Parts: sequence; structure tokens; C-alpha cells
Amino acid sequence: MEKRAVFRSRWLPWALLAPQVAIIAVFFFWPAGQALLQSLQQSDAFGTSVDWVGLDNFRALLADQRYLASFKVTAVFSILVAAVGLSLSLALAVFAERIVRGTVIYRVLLIWPYAVAPAVAGVLWLFLFAPSVGIVSYGLKAIGFSWNHLLDSDHAMALVVIAAVWKKISYNFLLFVAGLQSIPKSLIEAAAIDGAGPWRRFWTIQFPLLSPTTFFLLVINIVYAFFETFAIIDASTQGGPGSDTAILVYKVYYDGFKAMDLGGSAAQSVVMMAIVVVLTIIQFRFIEKKVNY
Amino acid sequence: MVERRPTLGILAHVVLILGVLVVAFPLYVTFIASTQTAQDVVQTPMSLLPGGHLVENYTAALRGRSIGAGSTAPVARMMFVSLVTALLIAFGKIGISLVSAFAIVYFRFRFRMVAFWAIFVTLMLPVEVRISPTYKVVADLGMLNTFTGLTVPLIASATATFLFRQFFLTVPDELLEAARMDGAGPLRFFKDMLVPLSRTTMAALFVIQFIYGWNQYLWPLLVTTDESMYPVVIGIKRMIAGGEAANEWNLVMATAMLAMIPPALVVILMQKWFVKGLVDTEK
Repeated sequence: MEKRAVFRSRWLPWALLAPQVAIIAVFFFWPAGQALLQSLQQSDAFGTSVDWVGLDNFRALLADQRYLASFKVTAVFSILVAAVGLSLSLALAVFAERIVRGTVIYRVLLIWPYAVAPAVAGVLWLFLFAPSVGIVSYGLKAIGFSWNHLLDSDHAMALVVIAAVWKKISYNFLLFVAGLQSIPKSLIEAAAIDGAGPWRRFWTIQFPLLSPTTFFLLVINIVYAFFETFAIIDASTQGGPGSDTAILVYKVYYDGFKAMDLGGSAAQSVVMMAIVVVLTIIQFRFIEKKVNY
Repeated sequence: MVERRPTLGILAHVVLILGVLVVAFPLYVTFIASTQTAQDVVQTPMSLLPGGHLVENYTAALRGRSIGAGSTAPVARMMFVSLVTALLIAFGKIGISLVSAFAIVYFRFRFRMVAFWAIFVTLMLPVEVRISPTYKVVADLGMLNTFTGLTVPLIASATATFLFRQFFLTVPDELLEAARMDGAGPLRFFKDMLVPLSRTTMAALFVIQFIYGWNQYLWPLLVTTDESMYPVVIGIKRMIAGGEAANEWNLVMATAMLAMIPPALVVILMQKWFVKGLVDTEK
């Protein structure tokens, strides 16, 4: 879509674009270029000499068991976050759609976790599940379940998944509600007249018509699990026990800032950029479809 | 409503109430813990009724303490840093995206599409994937431990630019033609027509970007090393020292409450624009 009527000026559009362009050049493109270059280089620990090593960093990365393990951790984590998060929020949204009175109150009570910082969410859940002082771990002990996320990696994974799902539930809920509201009432009424009950109507009408929203949220939740949950993990498990909850972003941070392996960290950055590019393309391909829908 | 089924209506309320309770449970426990003494909190099980140390704990957290296991810096200063950062990021993003979108939609110039795509591509470069080189740029520019370093690298925004572009495309061309006939130049048209028309979009973006700014974690973790420049979100993390019983959980939880209040207020008070903003950025 383009405007018919436009202004003419040689310098004004550039002056208007200047701040944004300057920031993306200095803080986005230049560092991204540096990451690409560094991923092909190897420097010694003091940064005095730099050698071009071609794809060696990538080869080393793919041969590194810990990196491959981190891929697996990320995959398990993001699938769990997306699956648990989407099903819970869809259930809440469907029931909220049925309610005539009180929707506003429920909405207010469900949207505030959106405002909570991921790091704070991590601390809150860490406190609830702290093995010796946490109230939830105490409750679990009372029913005979010994919780210790400091030792058991499944428990640690469960902890970060719970915190991540909790933090994202408001967003998913609001978008599902918006999606459900955009389904024409006439379709649902027609099905009801034909004798379809609520359960049947959900699976044959609402769920299929909701698929654009669901798919969009699936991509958003995976991107969220990949990148935005760093703070949750750093505040709760710090990638532990061992590196069983160290997702890719956590490993890039750790290798670059704690272990000071610049080449390896840059190669990991490049791999992640490739992942983001793929996810973004999937997201936009889908939006194209939705426009024609 | 297509049919009336009282049982289903009750079930819906039951499910939603359960959902609300589960979602609110961490908040409740946090609040309770922030009103007790450090010893009471580490009793197992801790009491789920409010204690009598609310004022004491919040004052201690806000003022900072002289001794403690983790960081003991005053939270009042951290709240100030967070507030300034969040406001600068929110207004900065809205400002530069508004003018960029204006340039892209209302002018024809060479490399217009190049500029558009350059902004678009930044969506694919979140700070998480370029951590070390971006840190180096900021360090070389001498921006560590400054508000500039905390905010400027984050205020480029593809999302906001697109949202304004989408909105400008829906503004009828007749408005521009009429303004022109009355002799208004581009800046006048921008100031007197587009800006007032964009108010709702701005409000929607403000909510989302304020929260984005307030909740930043990775970036401040890298660029701040000085306690006086910690945002509150980083401060909380630094208060947890390690041994779980050794932490002053009552003060950590008071700080967590303080850190949640401003963004939660923004979301709840500006709910209408917030929901609109979320649903619009989807497109």
C-alpha cells in the first residue's frame, strides 16, 4: 500500500530517519557484523593476536557435546513452554468467552503477570520451590514428594518452565480472547441449531478458526522461550544443575562473559541469528496468509 | 449466548477462579513474606498470614542496610534508575519511530525501501544474539554505567515503526491534500495532524515499551557494574547471595513487590490501550 499524495524534499526524510538509522547502524549492524567476523577468527586469551580460522569455530561447536546438549535443553524447554502455556491459556480463554458477567474482573486478575519482570518471576518461583524453605516444596514433601531442583535436573526444568509459562500466560490469554471474539457468532449459532453441543462446537468451529492465532502464538512463545527467558533462568537455576537448564542464550552469555571464549561465543551468536531469521520468516509467511484468509 | 446451561456457566467460573488463584498465589506469598521477619520466613512452613513488619521491611529495603549476605544497596535509588530508564526507553522508542514512519510513508526518496528493510531486519537481531560485540561498542563509547548506555542502544524499534506506518497508511489522503491547500508544509502537517491522530497508538505503545524498559535484565546486567546504576530488577538478583536460608527473604520479597508495582499499575490503569497495543502489534 502506498500513499497517492506525498511531500517532496531531498533532505527532510533523511533528517527524520537519522536518529533511528544511526542507532541501528551503531548498535545493531556493526555488532552483528563483528559477531560474523569474530566467528571466523581465533584470538588468544589476551587479545594480542588474531588468526583467521575459517569455519573452525563452527566445527568445534558442532563437535562440542555440551553445545549439542544445550540445543536439546533449548528444544525441550521451548516445546514445554509453548505446549503448556498455550493449552492452559486457551482453556482459560474459552471459559472466559462463556461468561456473561464478571469478564472484566477476571481479565484484570489475569493480565498482571505480563507486567512482572522475567527476573522477578524467576525469584518468586525460586522462593516458592526453594528446597528447604519454600512453601510449595514443603507441601510436596508433605504428600511424599521430595523436591530438589538443585540436584535433580527434571525438577530444575520443571521450575523454569513453570516460571516461564506463568509470566507469558496473560499475553497468550488476551490474544486467545481476542481471537475467539473475532469468530462470527452466526457460525456458532448455526452449529447450535444443528444440535452441536459446546464440546463439539469447540473442536469443529472455534479451534479450527482460531488456528491463525494459535500458530502466531506458537511462534511467539518459541521465540520467547529461546531469547526472553534468559532472566528467568539466570535468576532461578543459573543453568544448573550442571548445565541441564542452560539454554542457548545462557550458554552464549556464559561462554562470552564468564569463560571469555570470544570466537566460540561469536559462532554461537551466528547460529542463533540463523535461528531468529528462520523463525521471523515463518512468522511473516504466516501473516501474509492470514491477510488473504 | 446460544444456549443456557447453568452447570457449564458454573464450571466456567470455577475454572477461571482456579486460574486466577494459581496465577495470584506467588504474588500472595511474596506479599506475606515481605511482612514478616527474616526468621519467620525461613520457618517451615512459613505462616500464610501477614506478619506485622511491613513498614519496617519496606523502609529497610528502600534505605539499604549496612550488613547482609548479598547486595545491600538502597532500593529507592534502584527504583529511580528503573523509572528513568523505562521512561527514556518508552519515549525514545515512540519518538524516533514516529518520525521514521512519517519519513517512510509520506516521502518518496531514493533508498526509501532500503531504509525500511534496514529497520525491519533489526527484528532479527535481538540483543541476545549479539551480546559481546554490542557490549564492546558501548564500552568503547564510554557509555558503561550511564543512562545513555542503559537506554540508547535499546530505543531503535522495528515494531513501533511498523505500527505507526500501518496507522499512517489508514489516514485518508484527503487530509494531506487539504492541509497542503491551506499551505501547510510537511512538518506542520506532522505536528498538527498526524501527531494528534496518533495519540491512541502512542498510548498503546507506551504501555508495552514502558514495561519492556522496566523489565530489561540482560542488557543492564552487562553495562552496569556500579551499584548506583543498578535497575531494581538487577538489584533483586544481586540480593540473593546463594545459601537459601541465609538470604533475607523478607527484604528480597519487599523489593520484588516494589519492583512489580510500577509496571503493574501501568498495565492495569492503561488496560484499554494495553490490550489494543498487544492485539495491534500482532499484525
